[in-house]
Amino acid sequence: MTPPDLVLAVGNPSRGDDALGPAFAQHLEASFGPEIAAGQLEVLTDFQLNVEHSLDLLGRHRVVFVDATLESAAPFTFSPVTPRADHTFTSHALSPSAVLEAWHRVERGPPPSCFQLALRGTRFELGEPLTPQARDTLQQAARFFDAWWSGRAAPQIA
Amino acid sequence: MTTLETAAKPEGLRRIAIDPVSRVEGHGKVTILLDDQRKVHQVRLHIVEFRGFERFIQGRPYWEVPVMVQRLCGICPVSHHLAAAKALDLVVGAKTLTPTADRVRRLMHYGQILQSHALHFFHLASPDLLFGFGSAPAKRNVVGVAAAQPELARQGVLLRKFGQEVIRVTAGKRVHGTGAVPGGVNKHVTRAERDELKAALSQVLEWARAGVQLISRLHLANRHLYDTFGTAKSNLLSLVGARGALELYDGTLRARDPDGKILFDGLDCQQYRSRIAEEVKSWSYMKFPYLSALGPEAGWYKVGPLARVQNCDVITTPLAEAERAAFRDAFDGAITHAPLAYHWARLIELLHAAELIARLLDDDALSEGPLTATGPRRAEGVGVIEAPRGTLIHHYKVAPDDLVTMCNLIVSTTHNNTAMNEVIREVARAELDGREPTEALLNHVEVAIRAFDPCLSCATHALGQMPLLVDLVDAQGLLVKQLRRDSP
Repeated sequence: MTPPDLVLAVGNPSRGDDALGPAFAQHLEASFGPEIAAGQLEVLTDFQLNVEHSLDLLGRHRVVFVDATLESAAPFTFSPVTPRADHTFTSHALSPSAVLEAWHRVERGPPPSCFQLALRGTRFELGEPLTPQARDTLQQAARFFDAWWSGRAAPQIA
Repeated sequence: MTTLETAAKPEGLRRIAIDPVSRVEGHGKVTILLDDQRKVHQVRLHIVEFRGFERFIQGRPYWEVPVMVQRLCGICPVSHHLAAAKALDLVVGAKTLTPTADRVRRLMHYGQILQSHALHFFHLASPDLLFGFGSAPAKRNVVGVAAAQPELARQGVLLRKFGQEVIRVTAGKRVHGTGAVPGGVNKHVTRAERDELKAALSQVLEWARAGVQLISRLHLANRHLYDTFGTAKSNLLSLVGARGALELYDGTLRARDPDGKILFDGLDCQQYRSRIAEEVKSWSYMKFPYLSALGPEAGWYKVGPLARVQNCDVITTPLAEAERAAFRDAFDGAITHAPLAYHWARLIELLHAAELIARLLDDDALSEGPLTATGPRRAEGVGVIEAPRGTLIHHYKVAPDDLVTMCNLIVSTTHNNTAMNEVIREVARAELDGREPTEALLNHVEVAIRAFDPCLSCATHALGQMPLLVDLVDAQGLLVKQLRRDSP
């Protein structure tokens, strides 16, 4: 049985604040062990999003994409994702919207509810750890997600 | 090499920058210098890549390395994983792996080749090839492919997914796998996992065959374009196996000259430095390797599918061998240096990988037998593998305290550095000389680069980092025109 909720966290654990995604996934695995074991939630990580991730959306009720960002407001934004064939379709690393577009093209059915949790990062150098600001962002985002997933927070912050 | 590497008098020329190049991995930038009559004087592909990678590895315990090197690149982590493990096999004295380790690693590698080649052809290259290099940008992407040929786009996704599943069952996880360890592997592939993969095989083989037929049709239907676009003659380098067979995982090094004459053959990978040297140029972070006996001017070479398919004497799987013969016959047995022929060669390799996966899934050594081998400890090892984009070299020295003291990586895209530069100079000369550079014309430069499927950087990919920006700047440095590729 496919867990109804999926968190798809992306990033490179060895590239400074790019590790925000994998670190967030680690937090979920530690905090939601029983729910994951019970098949209510699945957590996946990857270096970056690509077309095959569209197949991970099959059978889901809600999907949250988690990634580090240089552009969104600090400390994080949480917003709905809609299908869009943006310029990342021409690269090896798709945006969440482009993954949803790929799903739309391949499956031709209504997609699950998708959200993007964009965590503000500042440094992405190879071999560097998370910056102190990123660690703080991680904690704030984790608190938000815990409340949101358990129904105690508004569905979106943008 | 051509004369367009460095302009005789760069001052006063107009500069065009394509930054970063799209549909290639990481960050590359092309600069073109034009005079007032729009004549091309200088073309360079600049790479920002792999700085600090060796330093990232040095000082770590050797057993961590096959896992850590996967973080160098989000696109071909499996290739780095296997090349590092191969180098460190020698450090732990495992000159010969167990049958299980050999089969599991090969299966993992062929899965990587299949998924990487599928992504490149079906999603990154096919829009240009199906719609034309100068077609509307809004159409010239995989969404356009999906709209015009939805089944082709779907096949690309599912082929990619199949390759990822092969990686998952052999490496243990979808990403950050730990399957290969110094001296072998750490798990078997279960019979249930093999059966699950086998169930999809007939469809995978059918799509792979159809892919080769599609690209050969496209190539043969437009011979002049495909044979001449960006063509630059060079040497070829790759691994080959026994009897000169195409070999992607393990073998000896062979090089041919531009006309196909063998320059060296049977070179033990441990001796790669006896034949390959690297030149540094002030304008690029990426080194420029060359065959040392020929020097940097004449010794540059191509790696990757086009080199491999023409460097070998035979392919050991029947369907791919038949396609190799058709490819060779299409060029009357001569070596082709056409960058667009990379696509045809890549699809032959994709078919070969599918056939090899089918063969391996029937091998019970995947599911039973010793996982690792050992032997007398050594202080140094070189691992060479044919990654999807070409020859990948990992070289380590390990101290008695198990810490890595030296790391040298020559990655596939670095081998192709001069070749890519020469190809885009040919394209610029043919397509841009005397013409106003438009987005469509500049895409011709990108098409040439994309043919090599370069992996220019690494896995950093924070949201919002991938626009294509083209600045046209006059001789005084003032911005004349800006083209930006965002959402179509």
